[in-house]
Amino acid sequence: MIQLKIESLKTGEKIFLSGKIYTARDQAHKRLADAIKNNKRLPLDLRGKIIYYCGPTKTPKDKAIGSCGPTTSSRMDIFTPLLLKAGLMGMIGKGNRCKEVIQAIKKYKAVYFLTYAGCGALLSKYVLKAIPVAYKDLGPEAIYELEVKNFPLIVGIDSTGRNIYGKK
Amino acid sequence: MKVISANKIKNIVAELCIQANLALREDVFRQLKRAYLVEKNKTAKDVLGAIIKNAQIARKEKLAICQDTGLPCVFVEIGQNLKVSGDIRQAINQGVVLGYKKAYLRNSVIIDPIKREKSGYAPAVIHFDIVRGEKIKLTVFPKGFGCENKTQLKMFKPTAGINEIKKFIIEAVKAVGPDACPPYVIGIGIGGTADYACLLAKKALLRKIRNPKSEIRNKSKMQNSKNYKLENELYSEINKLNIGPMGLGGRNTALAINIETYPTHIAGLPVAINLSCHALRSASKTI
Repeated sequence: MIQLKIESLKTGEKIFLSGKIYTARDQAHKRLADAIKNNKRLPLDLRGKIIYYCGPTKTPKDKAIGSCGPTTSSRMDIFTPLLLKAGLMGMIGKGNRCKEVIQAIKKYKAVYFLTYAGCGALLSKYVLKAIPVAYKDLGPEAIYELEVKNFPLIVGIDSTGRNIYGKK
Repeated sequence: MKVISANKIKNIVAELCIQANLALREDVFRQLKRAYLVEKNKTAKDVLGAIIKNAQIARKEKLAICQDTGLPCVFVEIGQNLKVSGDIRQAINQGVVLGYKKAYLRNSVIIDPIKREKSGYAPAVIHFDIVRGEKIKLTVFPKGFGCENKTQLKMFKPTAGINEIKKFIIEAVKAVGPDACPPYVIGIGIGGTADYACLLAKKALLRKIRNPKSEIRNKSKMQNSKNYKLENELYSEINKLNIGPMGLGGRNTALAINIETYPTHIAGLPVAINLSCHALRSASKTI
């Protein structure tokens, strides 16, 4: 688990994250949400975890991972409140979130981070290791465990529900 | 009659897929550097710096500029006096698979859009055009879907004025906001039919971004070029929206506005907008 004092993070703050994060995008979210709804066991315990909305390219031979930037977060909005309820601690992506997600972030004291959008080659430099851990049949949409070091993040929505896109 | 083999086309397409995904277009890179220089907002400048560094790393280390290596779109202009020996469509799709696999690009293509099972590299979306001569021009345009999802079409009344069109475009960019990786290159197609306006908007993205430096040198020539005024007006208005890189504010929301027009019907005025993220990637070869 990542040692982060979620409640001390403030919207707009830039941080560098080291530890384990988990990729998940559209189809993985759909499956996780279905499992939660049907009281099935999850292939990944979401409690205290950070999900990264990312589907990397194939891994070149001499690298830990291929290009791995964030995908549009709002497509995950319909599933996010359910995942937060199941214990998810944080999310990394790009772009704005809907009202329901912001409310759920506040309710469950979670956090939403942004990272450099469209910079998959650069971000791959902060990933030390990537291993598929669930839904391997989904290919680029499988859940990968990424070990990251100094991964650059900006707090997009903090645990009080303050939204970086709301203050302009 | 000149003959080209399908196999040769396959190899060129493979090469272009790799080039487009790994080496950012020179005109886009130049415009990003220009954006970095003029940006005053601290966060925006930091993000633009990361975008530029990303392109440099991708080129040097042969990594995809973006993990979304797109739905490969291939534009083919074939001279009417050129004969292709073999199946050109098959050759293009084989070239896409070859190039994508070789460069470790992402298999983002879903065969059945409803069932959404296993993903692959092909087929590409292919547009054929017959032109004069005996050459062939192949263009590979990997289109990411973060921005493709934001495409809009509006069928205006023929009496609509330029201000209504401008308003539609500006509102469309506002609605997209931070979601599709700004700063954007904005492709606009005006005229034709509904489908043709959409195609024009996409083709507009393939047009080289104007270089402000050469514009000063060729000012009168530029001003005479079609849509110059409208492109410039939209460029300055959209850059006042303060969306900025990653949507965190700043004066760089659009890197460029490219408009293509075509004759249309007396009863209509189709306008399509096709956005590209800052990683606008394409590569061409003529033989």
